[in-house]
Amino acid sequence: MNNQETILKISDLSISFKTFAGRVNAIRGIDLELHRGETLAIVGESGSGKSVTVKSVLGIHAANEIIDSGRIDFTYQDESGKTVTRNLLEMNDKQLQKEIRGKHIALVFQDPMTSLNPTMTIGAQIMESVLRQKGVTRPEARQRALELLQLVGITDAEKRFKNYPHQLSGGMRQRVVIAIALACDPDLLICDEPTTALDVTVQAKILDLIKDIQRKKNLTVIYITHDLGVVARVADTVAVMYAGKLVEKGSAEDLFFEPAHPYTWGLLLSVPDMDENSDSLYTIPGSPPNLLKPVEGDAFAPRNQYALEVDRHREPPMFRISETHSAATWLLHPDAPRVEMPEPLRRRIDSMREEVKNAGK
Amino acid sequence: MQANDQREVLLKVENLKQYFPISRSYTVKAVDDISFTIHRGEIYGLVGESGSGKSTTGRSIIRLYDPTDGKITFCGQDISGKMPRDTVRMLRTKMHMIFQDPMASLNPREKVMDIIAEGIDIHQMYSSQEERREMVYAILKKVGLSKEHANRYPHQLSGGQRQRVGIARALIMKPDLIIADEAISALDVSIQAQVVNLLKSIQVETGCAILFIAHDLSMVRYISDTIGVLHLGHLVESGTTADVFEHAVHPYTRSLLSAIPRPNPLLEKDRPIMTYDYKTSGLDYSQGTYHDITDTHKVLGTDADVQRWLKELA
Amino acid sequence: MKDMQNVQHLTEEERRLVGYNADEFVDENFSGHSYVKEIILTLFANKATAISLICLLVIVLFAIFAPMLSPYTYKEINSKTTNMPMRIPVLEDLGIFDGTRKGVDMYAKKGIEDQYHYFGTDNLGRDIWTRVWVGTRISLLIAVLAVVLDVVIGVTYGMVAGFFGGKIDMIMQRLIEILTGIPNLIIMMLLLLAMEPGIPTICLALAITGWVNMSRIVRAQVLKLKSNEYVLASRTLGASPKRILLKHLLPNTMGQIIITFMFSVPHAIFFEAFLAFIGLGVPIPMASLGTLINDGYRSAMLYPYQVLCPAAVLSVLMLSFNLLGDGLRDAIDPQMRSM
Repeated sequence: MNNQETILKISDLSISFKTFAGRVNAIRGIDLELHRGETLAIVGESGSGKSVTVKSVLGIHAANEIIDSGRIDFTYQDESGKTVTRNLLEMNDKQLQKEIRGKHIALVFQDPMTSLNPTMTIGAQIMESVLRQKGVTRPEARQRALELLQLVGITDAEKRFKNYPHQLSGGMRQRVVIAIALACDPDLLICDEPTTALDVTVQAKILDLIKDIQRKKNLTVIYITHDLGVVARVADTVAVMYAGKLVEKGSAEDLFFEPAHPYTWGLLLSVPDMDENSDSLYTIPGSPPNLLKPVEGDAFAPRNQYALEVDRHREPPMFRISETHSAATWLLHPDAPRVEMPEPLRRRIDSMREEVKNAGK
Repeated sequence: MQANDQREVLLKVENLKQYFPISRSYTVKAVDDISFTIHRGEIYGLVGESGSGKSTTGRSIIRLYDPTDGKITFCGQDISGKMPRDTVRMLRTKMHMIFQDPMASLNPREKVMDIIAEGIDIHQMYSSQEERREMVYAILKKVGLSKEHANRYPHQLSGGQRQRVGIARALIMKPDLIIADEAISALDVSIQAQVVNLLKSIQVETGCAILFIAHDLSMVRYISDTIGVLHLGHLVESGTTADVFEHAVHPYTRSLLSAIPRPNPLLEKDRPIMTYDYKTSGLDYSQGTYHDITDTHKVLGTDADVQRWLKELA
Repeated sequence: MKDMQNVQHLTEEERRLVGYNADEFVDENFSGHSYVKEIILTLFANKATAISLICLLVIVLFAIFAPMLSPYTYKEINSKTTNMPMRIPVLEDLGIFDGTRKGVDMYAKKGIEDQYHYFGTDNLGRDIWTRVWVGTRISLLIAVLAVVLDVVIGVTYGMVAGFFGGKIDMIMQRLIEILTGIPNLIIMMLLLLAMEPGIPTICLALAITGWVNMSRIVRAQVLKLKSNEYVLASRTLGASPKRILLKHLLPNTMGQIIITFMFSVPHAIFFEAFLAFIGLGVPIPMASLGTLINDGYRSAMLYPYQVLCPAAVLSVLMLSFNLLGDGLRDAIDPQMRSM
């Protein structure tokens, strides 16, 4: 994986929000690297900072947001075809709008209805995005828009071109939103909970569509989601966030079969298992910390059944487990007592492995 | 589950129709001729996609809407038409609802104490302020909150806690039936599990029945004894959890089941999903009748359809 | 990964598995939030709002106390000291407002060097300072009374129309349309002609035309709120319409009502001034800001301060109310900011 080209590199990103109650440290030092063509899923509860992180990639900042430290390096080809790497945090809004947003990085929102303009036909909206590229004439843009509609699986594109958003179903609308996002051939596509507003049956189709397009165009995709099923379906790499920090990252296989962080264990266990009958679902006790106060030690320690004494005072560093897999928990320290993942999770993972074996893989 | 038939029927919905006239020529048939029964102490899961009429069904049953047609019997009394005073009181005390959005379902200007006590206030179910307070405290404890939460406003609670307050508000009336309308879909995964556990333990403890309306099949499977699958206002399949999840007959149910994402990255990546499109399926729900597959398992379809589906499965 | 190298060994104590302590799960995450506090803080974070609030307070305090502390009364006529120029202590030492007109010290000329008329006197020799603050008092009183009446009628009407909807709403809205079809001024003039002129009449005249706006805003809010889940929840618990209206809808409409109130007051003050200006104001010798401007306007060319002083107070008052209303809207209902 290392020989691949790095497209996005977030280093030591810290973001806080000024509120009347004080400063909320929403993001507390995040390092993340993304290669071209890769799919990353960022998983976490609401308030874990996953949305703030990707919004800062796009330069979408709230009025009371302060970037305390860090840089976001994005590598792309500028108009002359030269490969450049720029720190997105140093670019101002105008530059971002002109060069980055929509052109190299595009965003797909959760709710397709609110991200489409209800007074414009979908054709016009797609064309509008296409026309942002230099030297495109209107007939060309129209042709391109039709191609995009076909690309996102809208069969009668010519007919749909003149439709207004309210005339389409939820799944169709999300397809249009994706078409708009793809209008300028972006390098990086960010999908913020792209399927939560959709029905299960449509959800899978949209995910498959994004996957398909990704393969065709060598797109890099970041998903933000809390649905582990979605993660399993699409992600190559998974990053788990808790209280503004990355607690574990690794390949999808690492995360689902060899989870190392107790928080990840909890997350995996709280998903009801389709093949197992148990009396009660596992839940993580307590609630996330108040980020208004400085976090002492490991933010997850007060809820962690496997917390060590050291967790209360010192923040765990990222421990490397394998080439692709690392987690921030003291349990991985060579001196730490040996702690196994909870028994039900072990059983579940074993049965998942069994399933894979039976499927002949 | 086979004991179902011996258990007392709590709610019986017969041929319920709920239409909303939009204009003179256009009527939305949100719920079109559905029938099902809920027994005392049973958890009935009603699943379907958005627009399938599952929320409308819940709201018609609790009479937030006036049903267009059909009969609803609750605790032996007809609650579908104009109700006499006693029946209204019985309905309002014995059947309650938990809503989807925990923030929107709590009045932001009221303290938790007053929110929870609303039902007992309306029906004068206490004799002193002291008793009222004690009742609220007892319920708070039951839903896993502390006394201290009683003095908070909804915005001073987290999402999961708000939903617990919503549950407490229903529970304080000692209801026979709780309708949980998408009660967990606005919550985080780990919080969903907490709320579902709570609902299940309440059902065990108090013996009240729950109509669990949701679109998340994995949660429905986990919590429900019986499941009904709604599509476009029709109940296309119903049966015990095992019937529906392991022996699904209707193609819509099967497509729903196949769409549930599984947390197994090695298999999930290219697991095929069954597609189902009503328009092109050639089915006409209004032509279908209910066919008994087993005692507990019913499917909606014409004779030929059901024959064909069963053959496909065999 | 970079941290891996510099991690020291864990001490014996640090290695201990302690797990969590269930007693520590008292979450304080959200307990600190206070709605009212947040509104007040947002309000004062806005400089314009803070200044306007201070201005308003000063004006109200002056309106209450200045006439009491003044050695003159608002109706005392003094034919000797007509049209005196402004004379303010301290400032007179700087050479402005020193009671001179065209280089002649008018106060010395009249032999009243010990007297100070801060805003001068009018053509009947009445002290304008006192009259301005009495006038402010009356203008404010009329405006607030009129708007309170507005609120009572408007809120009741709007809530009933919004909540019951259907035919009731239809009839009530048509009624409003008929009412707004008649020009306000005609209603007011007829009313003022029919009834004895005075504060109550003017209040009534203002309220009769003012409540329509309030009722519309309340109705819209109620229409929006009544499908909210907490109202549905209340209905499923068997709450009566009265309970839903008073316990759920009214408290949640309060923000809108306060905002509308804040914008209605300056509107009423202005309308009162306007009525006074066309000669339908409070009867003499009483003064409102409107009658004062009307009086001063006649001699504006000769003695501009006679119109400028009340006009300045009126402007500051209206501006303050509007800015405060703006600030309140931002604080109470952030979504409306763009409106």
